[in-house]
Amino acid sequence: MALINYAAREINCKIVYYGPGLSGKTTNIKYIYERLSPTIKGKLVSLATEQERTLFFDFLPVDLGTIKGFRTRFHLYTTPGQVFYNASRRLILKGVDGIVFVADSQRDRMDENIESLENLQENLSFYNMKLEEIPFIMQYNKRDLPNIATIEELEKALNPWKVPYFEAIATQGKGVFETLKEISLRVLKHLSQRAPT
Amino acid sequence: MKNETSLFEEEFYEIINILKKLLETSNSKTVLLIDKAGQLIASAGDTRDLDLLSFSTLSAADFAATSQLAELIGEKEFSSLFHQGEKESLYISMVAERVILAVLFDKRTTLGLVRVRVKHAASELERVFNRIFEKIKKPVKEEKRLFDEEFTKEAEEEIDKLFG
Repeated sequence: MALINYAAREINCKIVYYGPGLSGKTTNIKYIYERLSPTIKGKLVSLATEQERTLFFDFLPVDLGTIKGFRTRFHLYTTPGQVFYNASRRLILKGVDGIVFVADSQRDRMDENIESLENLQENLSFYNMKLEEIPFIMQYNKRDLPNIATIEELEKALNPWKVPYFEAIATQGKGVFETLKEISLRVLKHLSQRAPT
Repeated sequence: MKNETSLFEEEFYEIINILKKLLETSNSKTVLLIDKAGQLIASAGDTRDLDLLSFSTLSAADFAATSQLAELIGEKEFSSLFHQGEKESLYISMVAERVILAVLFDKRTTLGLVRVRVKHAASELERVFNRIFEKIKKPVKEEKRLFDEEFTKEAEEEIDKLFG
């Protein structure tokens, strides 16, 4: 739920990185945090366990600049991937403006990807939202590992909507900014498409 | 379904005034109004040493988690949340079922006073928000002016500049 303040001239949007446990959502956000200039990023907040597994979320505010005189800011969130944290995951989707699904490309993780994608749709329906109606893209992560599924297999199993996908190696930063750029564009375009004409 | 929350000048300044009044009458340090998604709507008082974005996100998450706890024990909601610190304390409550009001205060006041003043401010804020939510159901001229082709073009340029 974008927050548009016409008096303070601000636009705030929420982007959520979703996906199964250990697919690399936090790695994406951490890489973005490390690479962005301090003038445009806020503090990285991580609510994680002692083993560095996301417990509730990671949060990173990014200042996009000024669009038509409106200071535009994106709030990036990750969700905890582990199955038993669903209550937390659902809370984070509240008011979401755009979703990146970070899939683990390894063959033996395909079931977890599918399960997480189904879980995403269930959680969205809790807020009367549908994947088809919000900006949504895929990231196929861990492309450097052995025994990964081909892009064709991943697309067939995970992307019936044919939304754009990005291949990534988040630990090396490959595909991370390409993904962020695409979802940012889609979220802002979506905002203007939904405005009255 | 329209998903955005828009704040217009008239209501925004009205909200600011309500927050300022709450700040004064409750003798608190900082007052923040946050939407359920964790985004700061407005603030009053001393915010110099506060990371407002993180604070807003965590307050909203805190409140959301607490609401889920309420549900687990069969309560509809815990209407407010209180964290007591050695020097400063935090009182969080829900307004108009849609926005979160967070009040930071120290020893110059008491929880009792804060609670009473928050209750009063909440009913004033509720009136303003009901008006806002009525207003944004219909197309508004400010939106037409903001979201045109130029918006998309400038958005693309900014994103290119930032992410290459």
